[in-house]
Amino acid sequence: MDLLIQQIFSGLATGSIYASLALALVMIFNSTNHINFAQGEMALISTYFAWTLIALGFPYWAAFPLTIVASFAFGVLVERLLIRSFHNAPHLSLVVVFIGLLLAFNALAGWIWGFLLKEFPSPVRNLNTGTPLIAAHELFVLCVTLGLLAVLYIFFRFTTLGLAMRAAALNPTSARLVGIRVGWMLALGWGLAGALGAVAGMLVAPIVYLDPSMMIGILLYAFASAMLGGLNNPAGAVAGGLIFGVVENLVGTYLIGHELKLTFALIVVIAVLLIRPAGLFGKVIVKRV
Amino acid sequence: MQPLLQTRGLTAFYGSTQALFGVDITVQAGGITALLGANGAGKTTTLRAICGMIRIAGEISFDGNSIRGMPTESIVRLGIAHVPDGRGTFTDLTVEENLRLGGYLRPSHPELAADMERVFGYFPVLKQRLRQQAGTLSGGEQQMLAISRALMLRPRLMLLDEPSFGLAPLIVQEIFRIMRRINEEEKVSMLLVEQNAKLALDLADHAFLIETGKVVVAGKAADMINDEGVRRAYLGY
Repeated sequence: MDLLIQQIFSGLATGSIYASLALALVMIFNSTNHINFAQGEMALISTYFAWTLIALGFPYWAAFPLTIVASFAFGVLVERLLIRSFHNAPHLSLVVVFIGLLLAFNALAGWIWGFLLKEFPSPVRNLNTGTPLIAAHELFVLCVTLGLLAVLYIFFRFTTLGLAMRAAALNPTSARLVGIRVGWMLALGWGLAGALGAVAGMLVAPIVYLDPSMMIGILLYAFASAMLGGLNNPAGAVAGGLIFGVVENLVGTYLIGHELKLTFALIVVIAVLLIRPAGLFGKVIVKRV
Repeated sequence: MQPLLQTRGLTAFYGSTQALFGVDITVQAGGITALLGANGAGKTTTLRAICGMIRIAGEISFDGNSIRGMPTESIVRLGIAHVPDGRGTFTDLTVEENLRLGGYLRPSHPELAADMERVFGYFPVLKQRLRQQAGTLSGGEQQMLAISRALMLRPRLMLLDEPSFGLAPLIVQEIFRIMRRINEEEKVSMLLVEQNAKLALDLADHAFLIETGKVVVAGKAADMINDEGVRRAYLGY
């Protein structure tokens, strides 16, 4: 029984990391209909940035918010300087741009920081939760990501800027007609996605160690979570992430062993796409032709 | 008197198809101007051109200043509110959120609340629908919401693209009555695109009739109603 509870908690913790990155994917998908394949590698750069700050002597609690702010700016810059020029390009061209970015950021990280595994600190590593059921870092991950999701929910639901971002994503033409600068809203979306990715990267790095291939698996999981929950539904993507984290842990522990977890994830994605192409909670979009 | 809005030699293309061939129209401050014409004559295109939603050649001035080539968001900031064809409602958002977006440029809360009350004065039904998703409103209510959203901007000029489209005659009459009230009480000038010429000429003081992208008749609305030739040739009643 203890093992089961342990596995569920640890699944929720990793699941919430998938959820953060999945939410970053959904945020960009909802406003542009594109999937940013480079989201994971942007998070990787952010995590290395945090690592460098800490190596330079910054305390963790300074490096953490600094990295979030820098990653937000990084996301905005990528959109403004690069993605924006492909605004009217065909869908496939952008896919190529995203894959190019993925490779470029990945190579850049290796070139700057090397390919050796680096240890990334957790601020709660030496703390004891007082129960064997959940490790301190897992509890930390859960608290941070759930807190972050709450903040985002409040932002999008109750602030004028959040409303304007939703409006720009839902109907760009009408958004312009009420005076919303839609281009900037897209850039802000990229910034928020970058910040979310940075949090995901910094939270997962103490678990899997930091190296240039760290985010590739996580991105696949995030992608799978977003697909599972519905690519156009933020709450669905979060639910998808949590479900994924728990289910893969349980399946890995009790059924197939941890080596096949990623395979299992991909099989789930294929199954979902076959049975419910819009995802479990996704909205089916009907287009009149 | 200097007109509020003036276009000179407005031409526009959709791809390689030319839609406007030098449209000259003016809207007087405080007035209601009707833009009439058959389907595909270029009425909607003219409104889109004024709002910077399509690329154009020619000149457009608002309040004496050129607005040609400005992005839509900036034109809106000058006080031009466009109620587009299809109404442009954010159907997934609530009525309240739609209205809040209408007042996006002045996000101070007391002002927004006061403006909403003012809008409910014209369209009381919207107050009962505040929390409802806009897409679930009836057609008439959606048109009311679209006009209200534009009003939240406190515009100086409203561009209205076929507010009667797809609505029952009684509702159309009500909406047109309220539009007249808005014009008088809010001192908002209006440029009204309509297929229903009779309806539009009753409301407007001036009118322009366009055909295949050119103005063919211009004048006072009252004169146009009484001009047998114009009526037979262009207005079809």
